[in-house]
Amino acid sequence: MAASLDSAQGLSRQPPGRPARAARLRLSGLFWRHPWAKALLLLAPPLLAFILVYLASLVALFVSSFWTVNPFTTELQHIWNVDNYKTLWDSSAYRTIAVRTIGIAAAVTIADAVIAFPLGYFMARVAGGRSRAFVFVAVLLPLWSSYLIRVYIWRLILDDKGVLNWTLQKVGLPAANIGYSNWAVWLIFTYVWLPFMILPVYGALERIPESFLEASRDLGAGGITTFRRVVLPLALPGVIAGSIFTFSLTLGDYVTPLLAGGASSQFIGNVVYDTIGSNNVPFAAAFAAVPLAVMGVYLLIARKLGAFEAL
Amino acid sequence: MGEQRSTRVALAVWSALVVLFLWVPLALIVLYAFNKSNVQSWPIPAFTTHWFHAAWTAEVRTSLWLSVRVGLIATGIALVLGSAAAFGVARFRFFGREAVSFLLVLPIALPGIVTGIALSSAFIAGHINLSMWTIVVGHATFCVVIVYNNVLARLRRASTSLIEASQDLGADGWQTFRFVIWPVLSTALVAGGLLAFALSFDEVIVTTFTAGSQNTIPLLILGYIRLGQQLPVVNVIAFAMIVVTAIPVVLAQRLMRDTGVLRRAAGNVTEAVESAQITAV
Repeated sequence: MAASLDSAQGLSRQPPGRPARAARLRLSGLFWRHPWAKALLLLAPPLLAFILVYLASLVALFVSSFWTVNPFTTELQHIWNVDNYKTLWDSSAYRTIAVRTIGIAAAVTIADAVIAFPLGYFMARVAGGRSRAFVFVAVLLPLWSSYLIRVYIWRLILDDKGVLNWTLQKVGLPAANIGYSNWAVWLIFTYVWLPFMILPVYGALERIPESFLEASRDLGAGGITTFRRVVLPLALPGVIAGSIFTFSLTLGDYVTPLLAGGASSQFIGNVVYDTIGSNNVPFAAAFAAVPLAVMGVYLLIARKLGAFEAL
Repeated sequence: MGEQRSTRVALAVWSALVVLFLWVPLALIVLYAFNKSNVQSWPIPAFTTHWFHAAWTAEVRTSLWLSVRVGLIATGIALVLGSAAAFGVARFRFFGREAVSFLLVLPIALPGIVTGIALSSAFIAGHINLSMWTIVVGHATFCVVIVYNNVLARLRRASTSLIEASQDLGADGWQTFRFVIWPVLSTALVAGGLLAFALSFDEVIVTTFTAGSQNTIPLLILGYIRLGQQLPVVNVIAFAMIVVTAIPVVLAQRLMRDTGVLRRAAGNVTEAVESAQITAV
């Protein structure tokens, strides 16, 4: 039937009735009648690869966090226990590292939100088309330039003999000397993840209809009231969407503390990295579960606040 | 425009300062690449192009070649698997569809270090020697997500009725793909592929755990920086990488824009935001 239909059309590039084309048509017909066959054919390879490689190793990793390593032979012992988690909980050193990681992640998120909000507002409601496009590209491009290099250049800038101290000295201010410290780690994370905050904040602000602001004004609200009661609540999901990125990316990082931090800038990631180096995978897995748990809670809260629609 | 003039000026000044904050460091690395001294302090005492020759060492060439191969293969895998998954999720309603789309985003939602140690301990448990292919597997996990997101965003905007119309007019599956789906999809694929390559080329964290003794370009630089060695070479590579990654990103931006599917600036921005937000580290 399909072949006879086809001969009536000018669409075919081949003369009708060629065996290859007939076969192709039969095949398309088959897939059209049995959409599940096509769905299976499309989804099975990526999903199988994904489940077998990625998910399986992820699950195996967290199962292994309930095992231990023999301290003498460094061999994995398949005895179920929660010793790794207990060690984490009991040791004040690990607690300090966890608190530092989460604290700096929170500080980075707040700084990025404060920097991004006025910029997002400018892009969404003040700038004309041309300057908006310019700012958009100016924000987007650094996001894609090498992360490692952006960390490296800040190491040079914040160094005692770097650009920052030189500039401060020229202006007559005392040297900052914040290289290789937690301040440096905080500043660099804020810099590196800033575009991730700007884009969703801008997106949320841009979606606020002009008429809402006019209505607020008509009802007698001043600029500050309108901002507080109309703009801010509507933009909040965007801020939270951005914070998911800034918070989670900081939480899981170890390169910035390694390159730009000081002696007391260790993050959870650095401990995990070192523990893997000493072959204690179960303990590394247990500590890596901490940022995952924190993110899990964070995502639940974000979902409640409606951030997922702003993603 | 309800804002007062002073507010608008203040916002513009703030925005200019933020853009400067983002770009001054990138401009500085360009200057440092021409630093004559071995010591990376400021102000730069004298300028030279000497390091551009000096950076082209055998070590750098080997790493560069490895990074390029890994990037190309991972991007190839990502294009096939990512677009297949996007078609499956976009075109069919089935049980567990939400779970599938959640699952596919995991590699960028979870910290890279988790992906890294999970894969590395799986390779060790399976007695798989670390090689170029283990790096490829690590990179493919997040490259797939990039392509998947780009293609899915495009498919959601393309209308299904076009495909049905093509089939009603007697086109077979291949013709429908070639003349109806491909024109809509091609730019999203190229953009997704470019972004996936850029991401793979730059990846450090997952690579650390899957590379063994080999060095991709980022691993080589990381090693140099940690040891404080070869910093002039690092500067030159940094300069080159900023220029080289800018090219695919600008291209991808253009492709996502000039498709005719989206004319309005707002729609444009949404798609760009979508594709921008799916970057991992």
